[in-house]
Amino acid sequence: MAGTSSNQAAEAGAVEALEALTVEGLSLSIAGSRILDGVSFTVPKGGVTALIGRNGAGKTTTLRSIIGLEHATGSIRITGVEVAEWPTYRRIRLGIGYVPEDRDVFGHLTVKENLQLAEVGPNARYDRVYEIFPELAQRSLQLAGTLSGGQQQMLAIARVLLTERAVLLIDEPSKGLSPRFVGDLVEALEKVRGGATVILVEQNIHVVKRLAGELVILDQGRVAHTGPVEDLDDPELVRRLLGVSTGS
Amino acid sequence: MSTFTAILISGIALGAIYFLVASGLSLIYGLMDILNFAHGAFLTIGAYAGLELSLHLADGGGLIGFLAVLLVAAVAGAAVAAAAEVLLIRPLYGRPVSQILITIGLDLVVVGFLLGVFGSDSRQIVVPIWLTRATHVGSLSIPNGDFAGLAAGALVYAGLGLFLKHTRFGLVIRAGAENREMVQALGIDVSKAFTFVFGLGGAAAGVAGLLYAVVFSGSLVGPTQGDQLLIFAFIVVVIGGLGSIRGSAIAGIVVGLVQVVSQFYLGSKSGWAEAGDISVVILLALVLSLRPGGLAGAKQG
Repeated sequence: MAGTSSNQAAEAGAVEALEALTVEGLSLSIAGSRILDGVSFTVPKGGVTALIGRNGAGKTTTLRSIIGLEHATGSIRITGVEVAEWPTYRRIRLGIGYVPEDRDVFGHLTVKENLQLAEVGPNARYDRVYEIFPELAQRSLQLAGTLSGGQQQMLAIARVLLTERAVLLIDEPSKGLSPRFVGDLVEALEKVRGGATVILVEQNIHVVKRLAGELVILDQGRVAHTGPVEDLDDPELVRRLLGVSTGS
Repeated sequence: MSTFTAILISGIALGAIYFLVASGLSLIYGLMDILNFAHGAFLTIGAYAGLELSLHLADGGGLIGFLAVLLVAAVAGAAVAAAAEVLLIRPLYGRPVSQILITIGLDLVVVGFLLGVFGSDSRQIVVPIWLTRATHVGSLSIPNGDFAGLAAGALVYAGLGLFLKHTRFGLVIRAGAENREMVQALGIDVSKAFTFVFGLGGAAAGVAGLLYAVVFSGSLVGPTQGDQLLIFAFIVVVIGGLGSIRGSAIAGIVVGLVQVVSQFYLGSKSGWAEAGDISVVILLALVLSLRPGGLAGAKQG
C-alpha cells in the first residue's frame, strides 16, 4: 500500500516519512480471549483508508490501541515516530484526531465548552468548523447531552477539526443515524478528507465506497485483506470477509 | 429565641468547615474515583503548620497575622497533598483499590509521625484575642470565630465555582469527571489535573483544620484531629452525592445544623455526649434510604 503514494512522497521531500501510520504485530488479549492477533498494516499519507470487518473483528480495539486507550503489544508508528510506550495525550499531540464509536461528547458541558476543550495547540479554526457544521454555531450554548444523535456526531467530528490534526481516526460515524443524517455526514467528511489522512471504521458499505480509497479488512483479530476500495466489487470477497458468518 | 438563632449560626459555621474538607474529597472522587483517606492527614498537617507560625506571632499577629497563619495552613496542606499524588497515587494509576489502600497507609504514617515528634497532647494555636470574643447583633451574641468559618466556607464555595466554570483547568476537571478517557483522547494530560485537585483539596483541608481548632476546639489541635473530622466529611460527601460540589455545600450545612442543634437540645440537657454525632448517623441512614445517590446524585452506583 505504501508504494502507491511514492510520487506524492517524493514531492513532500525524502526526509519526511512516507506513511501516516504503521502498526506491526499489534496483539491484545482481554480475559484470556485474543482480541488482536498480530495486526499489521500501513496507511499512506493523504486519503481515506477504511478499516472494515464483521462485528468483533477488532476494528474499534485497533483504533483504541493506536492511541493507547488499550495496551496492546507491538509497534505503532505515527508519521514515522514510534509511540508504543507513550501515554495517550502525547500520541494525540503528534497530530491525531479521534472520533470514538459512541461519540463521547461531554453531555454536561455546552457545545462551545466541548469545542474549547479540544483546543489543544494554537490556531483554533472555529470559522471552519462552524462553516462545515452551521448547526453547532446556533447551538453553541446548548448542553451537548441535549443534542440529537446526529448533532452529537457532528460535535464529535468538529472537535477534531478545530485544530490541525494530520491523522483522523473515525469510528463508525454513521452508527445509529437516520439516512438523512448519514447523507449530511458523508458530505461533511468529504470536505474533511482533502486535508488529512483519515482512517475510517464503518459498517455501511455505501459510505465506505463513497469516501475511501484503500481498504484494510480485519477478520478475527487479523488482517485478512488489503487493497483498493474497488475490491469491494468482488462478491466472493465480500461474502467471505464481511458477510454473515455461517460457521459459528 | 436568640439562643436558638445563635445555635443555628454555630451549626452553619460548622457546616462551612465540613464543606471545606468535603469539597476536596468530592473533587478528587469526581475526577479520579479515589476515596482519599489521607485527607485527614492533609488537614492535620495544615493545622500544625499554621500553629507553628502562630507561635512566632505576638498575640496571634492581628488580622494580618491570622490570615498569614491560614495561608501557611493552606500551602502546607496543598504541598503535602500534591506530593502525595505525584509520589504515591501516580504510580498506581489504573489500580483504584491500591490507591485507596495507600491513602489509608499515608494517613497512619502521618498520624504516627506527628505523635512521635509532637506527642499525643493537643497543642495551642495562638490567635488574636478578638477572634475568641463575640459580636453583639441586637440581642444576639455571635462568636467571631463563627464568622471566620462562614466567610471561609463562602469564599471557597464561590471561588471554586468561578474556577470550575471559567478556567481551562476547571473545564478539564469538569470534563474529566464525566469521561476521563475522552479528555486524554483529545490530547490533554489529565494527570496534571489529578495533581491539581489533590493540591486544591489539600489547601481547603489545611484551612479547615486550622479553623475547626480555632472555632470549635478552643484553639487546640492534636494528631488525630484530621481523622475525627474526616469521618464527618465523608458523611457530608455521601449525603451530598459523590462528586457534587453543590451537594457537599448543602449537605455540609445540613449535617452541621443537625449535629449542633441536636447536641444542644438533646445532649447538653440530658448529659448525653454523643447525641449530636448519633443524630448525624441517623440522618445519613435516612438520606441513603430515600436517595441512594445522595442529595445531588451526580455519580451513582
